[in-house]
Amino acid sequence: MIQTKGQFQSAKRFLFLVGDIGQFTLRFFREGFHKPFEWKEILKQCGEVGYRSLSLVGVTAFIMGLVLTIQSRPTLVEFGAESWLPAMVSVSLIREIGPVITALICAGKIGSRIGAELGSMRVTEQIDAMEVSGTNPFKYLVTTRVLATSLMLPLLVIFADTIALYGSFLAVNIKGAVSFQLFFNQVFETLEFSDLIPSILKSFFFGFIIGIIGCYMGYNSKKGTEGVGKSANSAVVVASLMVFILDLIAVQITDLFYEL
Amino acid sequence: MNYKTKERENVIEIRDLKKSFGDNHVIRGFDLNVKDRESVAVLGQSGSGKSVLIKCVIGLITADEGTIKVLGKAVEQLNQVELDELRTDIGFLFQSNALYDSMTIRENLEFPLRRLRRDKSKAEIDAAVQEALEDVGLFHTLNLMPSELSGGMRKRISIARTLIVQPKIILYDEPTTGLDPITAGEINQLMNKVQEKYKTASIIISHDLDCIKVTAQRIVILKNGINYKEGTFEELKNSEDPWVSAFFNT
Repeated sequence: MIQTKGQFQSAKRFLFLVGDIGQFTLRFFREGFHKPFEWKEILKQCGEVGYRSLSLVGVTAFIMGLVLTIQSRPTLVEFGAESWLPAMVSVSLIREIGPVITALICAGKIGSRIGAELGSMRVTEQIDAMEVSGTNPFKYLVTTRVLATSLMLPLLVIFADTIALYGSFLAVNIKGAVSFQLFFNQVFETLEFSDLIPSILKSFFFGFIIGIIGCYMGYNSKKGTEGVGKSANSAVVVASLMVFILDLIAVQITDLFYEL
Repeated sequence: MNYKTKERENVIEIRDLKKSFGDNHVIRGFDLNVKDRESVAVLGQSGSGKSVLIKCVIGLITADEGTIKVLGKAVEQLNQVELDELRTDIGFLFQSNALYDSMTIRENLEFPLRRLRRDKSKAEIDAAVQEALEDVGLFHTLNLMPSELSGGMRKRISIARTLIVQPKIILYDEPTTGLDPITAGEINQLMNKVQEKYKTASIIISHDLDCIKVTAQRIVILKNGINYKEGTFEELKNSEDPWVSAFFNT
């Protein structure tokens, strides 16, 4: 009986959370596209989200391409299909692994930063101070960050895909004498717009969800420094989970349009 | 500080204010009038609801019952746009100062101006920032970050930020708490200077009797969520009520 009551309470809390995030998202659409725009802050946040994530995303993508190629090679060699390696790795990277791994890295790096930053501003009354001065903290803090993550994540994914392909080339080149030109000829012969467009589109939604969840958790932070820690943590956990759920939906939709 | 307040109009009128948080009934029917250019201190024990009171006045917390009229407008009936417009006439000094720690002092002061007075040129904004900082004697901190300032300096900058939009009312939440007596004295003088120059009305929430003695013309004691006593500093200090006497003479 007690257990059932506890489960009921958890389900109720979860539904309230979903409802709250939905309202928060609606508010973003209500306020995000009305003048005045905070251009300066949007650019600053694009720099914070995009430029400052380049090194982490780059290193991770390089290792991802390298490892994926090294791990896949023995199986393909066994079937005498070693020459398919560039094609197989590039499709895996561009369609799925690149966007998802980049989104997960960004959920950790950017989601936690936004959650902690806004959470800290909430508990130190900085958001209240903006509110009482008659300015709109939601527009300044939330819309700018969500727009920045939405715009920057597709660019980060393109960057990560490129670096990952270089990593893959390096692995292929070390094991067998495949030239740069031959490798990328095979890659571009295999890849089509039907691989690229869904990948870029879903990256946009990954960016949006990372921004919205990070901002929601931080903006509604409570209970002092403990609350800030919880906000940052929840931002990462919920955003990562949402990335996988969105990916599942994106794959189904892509399958409808392009017959994967 | 002997302003004639009788003939002045009320800029804040609070009637039968009630606010609870769950089973905790913090304010149970509080009334207050503040006249134009009048400084009223609200005194009470920790947790008596003083900060909640001024957060209700500025619309940060919604009251459960009662009415709050600020500059003739009923706060609870305003929509967000109207409330934001009203807030431009009210300055709020947070106990924690609440300076934006990722911005320089200049950006802290410019923040409300750039968004609320979009017709102002850069030169006008610069002049307003300079005037506000000179009023608090900290023009040299213009390009510093809040973390580089002492507690007293942060409090002064916080006052400068409330002054920059030239409010008609200032709400002070524990303006001298956590400061040494000398710095607290300087803040008290600054509050008086601000009131004389900008002709503001104010509500001062404080435990600091020295602060209240110097800055407030009238004191209202909030106890058990209602108006317990009211008077000037001297009247309350000489009160025969044991609770008031203990508060003022301990």
